[in-house]
Amino acid sequence: MHFLRSSLIVAGKDLRSELRTKESLNAAISFAIVILVLFSFAVDPSAEQTREIAGGLLWLVFAFAGALILNRSFARETANDCLDVLVASPVSGAALFFGKALANWSLLIIVELVSLPVFGLLYNMNWARSPLLLAAVLVLATWAVTVIGTVFSALTVNLRLRELMLPVLIYPMMIPALMAAMRLTTLLVGGEAVPAEDWIWFRLLIGFDIIFTSLALALVEVVLVG
Amino acid sequence: MSAVALDRVSKYYGDYPALRAVTLDLGQGECLALLGRNGAGKTTLLKILAGLSRPQEGEVRILGRDARHRATRAAVGMLGHGIGLYEELSALENLLLFGRLYGVQDVSQRAREWLALTSLDRVEHSLVREFSRGMRQRLAVARAFLHEPALLLLDEPFTSLDDRSIQVLQQALRNARSRGATVIMITHQIREAMEMATRVALLGRGKLLYHGPSPKEMQEDPGWLYRIHGEA
Repeated sequence: MHFLRSSLIVAGKDLRSELRTKESLNAAISFAIVILVLFSFAVDPSAEQTREIAGGLLWLVFAFAGALILNRSFARETANDCLDVLVASPVSGAALFFGKALANWSLLIIVELVSLPVFGLLYNMNWARSPLLLAAVLVLATWAVTVIGTVFSALTVNLRLRELMLPVLIYPMMIPALMAAMRLTTLLVGGEAVPAEDWIWFRLLIGFDIIFTSLALALVEVVLVG
Repeated sequence: MSAVALDRVSKYYGDYPALRAVTLDLGQGECLALLGRNGAGKTTLLKILAGLSRPQEGEVRILGRDARHRATRAAVGMLGHGIGLYEELSALENLLLFGRLYGVQDVSQRAREWLALTSLDRVEHSLVREFSRGMRQRLAVARAFLHEPALLLLDEPFTSLDDRSIQVLQQALRNARSRGATVIMITHQIREAMEMATRVALLGRGKLLYHGPSPKEMQEDPGWLYRIHGEA
């Protein structure tokens, strides 16, 4: 109970700070929309080609836009030594991590919800044909991106080149989750049913989330305190 | 029970020994002035006591428990070099945040009491980023003392404070000591520290050179302890 309460307090603080300044949210949304617009100018794909690249394009945009949000997650705590005060408080490292991950996940979901209609308009895709399954993919894959990104945000917070190091470290770790998200999103925005053999990608996403969330909760105290 | 008990605590940064087998015992209600030249290991020691860093060797007990125990951290207040406040939140929001994290009862009322004590009640809804340096410092004092900690860890608390902030901090420290709180204070302002300190510890290159009652000689000659331990 204390864990969840502390996590929600930290998440509320992060969301309040971010929604007040909109520093990383504006940057991430702008970045996502600019990439979608530029890509639509750069290539003029047929409907069939668009269906094939939809998942890959969307998740690359979400992953890169996500890095802008994740980079700020622990970096905002360095001003005024706020991270020291948080770590010295009765909040456990795990609760601190979970609260920050919840806030990052919410912000990334906002970016995705703004990007999807833009994607639908520019690429003439009806992404809302299987809304529940697509929502499940977004929820699970965004959590995967968030968990990896939040842990590495804590790990790189004191590095001088953290803006560069974070993407270099997180993208290789995210490959399994991104592959699953890309495959499932391609099927779902193309209006296809998910074939029986592709349900394994859902199981992979769920497994990835459980394993990496458990690892992060167990190890983050070491990352923060040593 | 000791407020703070360190048993042969060592900490290394790479090969550099920041603390070397420091053993120290401090009773509850004491006020310790932690002295030493720059690089002596004072801040490293304070970070270990605050649970921000773990020693490689030795044992740290605070109020009878491990430094990272949740109950220990709830009983410790820290005022370091940074103010530990969020610029995008208002004064009241900052105090409510930390009050909730520390499980303070009637947190809203307590936060408003501290805002009044620090003369920030009229700007409670203003964002910290709009505050002057003195206002930030007073709010930082309120943040550190809000949960009535049993152990206060202060890293050069009076350095670069304005007169009003010094008064606020001195009053907060007097109140804390009158309710039995233990204070560990890093300071270079020895004369001022001697007025409050019941004990003194001197660190030199990571070693504890002296720990004991405040020497009378230091009242007259603040550099006396440094000199007799070859740290002048």
